[in-house]
Amino acid sequence: MRASLGERIGNYTLLIVFGLFALGPIVTILAAALGPDDAGGGTSGFGNFGKAWEIGHFGTYLRMSVAVSVTVVVVSVLFSILSGYAFGTMRFRGASALFYLFLIGIMMPTEAIVVPLYFDLRTLGLTDTFWAVVLPQIAQSVAFGTFWMRAYFRSSSRSLVEAARLDGAGHWRTLWLILVPPARPALVTLIVLVFMWTWNEFLIPLVMVTSESLRTAPLGLAFFSGQYTSGFTLLAAGAVIVGTPVVLVYAFLQRHFIQGMLEGAVRE
Amino acid sequence: MSSPPGEPRRIGYLYILPALLVYGAFLLYPLIRAVHLSLFEWDGITLGKFVGLSNYLDVVRDAGLRAAFGHALVLIVFYAVLPVLIGLALATVLQRARVRGLGFFRTIVFLPQVVAMVVVAVAWRHIYAPDGPLNAVLGGSRGWLGDYTFALPAVGVIGTWFETGLVTVLLLAGMARIPAERYEAARLDGAGPVAEFFAVVLPAVRGEIAVAVTLTVIAALRTFDLVYVTTSGGPGTSTSVPSYEVYHRAFELGQVGSAAAIGVCLTALIFLITLGVNRIADRGTA
Repeated sequence: MRASLGERIGNYTLLIVFGLFALGPIVTILAAALGPDDAGGGTSGFGNFGKAWEIGHFGTYLRMSVAVSVTVVVVSVLFSILSGYAFGTMRFRGASALFYLFLIGIMMPTEAIVVPLYFDLRTLGLTDTFWAVVLPQIAQSVAFGTFWMRAYFRSSSRSLVEAARLDGAGHWRTLWLILVPPARPALVTLIVLVFMWTWNEFLIPLVMVTSESLRTAPLGLAFFSGQYTSGFTLLAAGAVIVGTPVVLVYAFLQRHFIQGMLEGAVRE
Repeated sequence: MSSPPGEPRRIGYLYILPALLVYGAFLLYPLIRAVHLSLFEWDGITLGKFVGLSNYLDVVRDAGLRAAFGHALVLIVFYAVLPVLIGLALATVLQRARVRGLGFFRTIVFLPQVVAMVVVAVAWRHIYAPDGPLNAVLGGSRGWLGDYTFALPAVGVIGTWFETGLVTVLLLAGMARIPAERYEAARLDGAGPVAEFFAVVLPAVRGEIAVAVTLTVIAALRTFDLVYVTTSGGPGTSTSVPSYEVYHRAFELGQVGSAAAIGVCLTALIFLITLGVNRIADRGTA
């Protein structure tokens, strides 16, 4: 396609301007985190992270976030494989009605369920526990995961499933030996999405948790930003600590993020 | 829709069971409970009082709540309308030009989507601060987030910032699927860039626009983290939004029934928008 020099310059200018607009706030916070401590603490560069880590208790928060994320990812991906397998490859009475029930969960906002959940879990004495943070998020991820894995298993070849049956493989072996190994790309996408959603979740831990030791990283950052008012450097360092894990995974698996978030949104 | 490969099997129920149990207990049951709670006036401690649909009527009657839904409408302009318009223009130009580095550009503009909203809020609170970068550029000292006029648009701009990338990437993917022959046919008919956009590009990405609108409108309606960290609904109530009111009323004011009713309304609204937008898009392609 022929394009004049002026047009090409215009196009690249557009590309760069919007690239900078997207990066600007992120660069601002990175630069502030690496600059000299504006509260006069005498640290700069990576020293800021050490200091923020110490006074912001980010070690505790990150440990909680890792525990929550790993639990939610492992349990919800496992449950989603099982339910997606059933919905995608088996016929049973009420299957589509049950599947639509799961679809409701994809659209349901956390705001709607967090109020009754809190008061019911309080009655059971379960608020301010690890499970109060984890179980509602497993439920949300299982709704999406079921939808995601069903779509994958449905598209996987019928002949594959039937050949396995003729070979005498049971439904359990068919799933784990025949269907799951080639599903790796779909599974990686599901894992990174669930990890991102869980790591970044704010409302559920905010409502469910009061002990400091149970705060997740974003929640800890919100408290830190409310309490630490003497400067911006250490707050920025804390924000970088909290944001980095997902951004790191994104740097390596960005195709999975983009594809998953776009395809997950498109109805079948 | 094809039927699933495989024979009828009762064992399917067993495979669904674990997912259904946790989903039922922690998502479906709470939703039913939310509807139940929304019919009561309850402070979360003492015995609740049945008030029927009064909490729902308050969504219309209560000036504060009406304002919160009004603010959500303003946010929809910033979260959905602006990103879709900017994204359409940007994606069309970039797709036509076939510039190099598009893959890298995609990675960069999508980045705001994966950063925790609390981190985003901390960054923008700094940008908007009286002694922050924005005022350094503009040469003033306005506290943007503490200003009755500017706080809501300031929060909205953050939404425009993180949704524009998503919409642009979505539209770029849709436009990449348009066959080259269609452009050629339009050009043979003597269509200029603008006519080409309306005749070829826009109809082809109808589905992507529908998805973009659905995603961004829902994100606008669910703005909680951002408001909680940047403004806490203030100054006054100038940035209070429905999601924030749910939290505020249930856990700070002790108006649990009202909070549940707002949550139920939000859910209904999101369902209607999802169904409505998809139906409009379907009619367009039929």
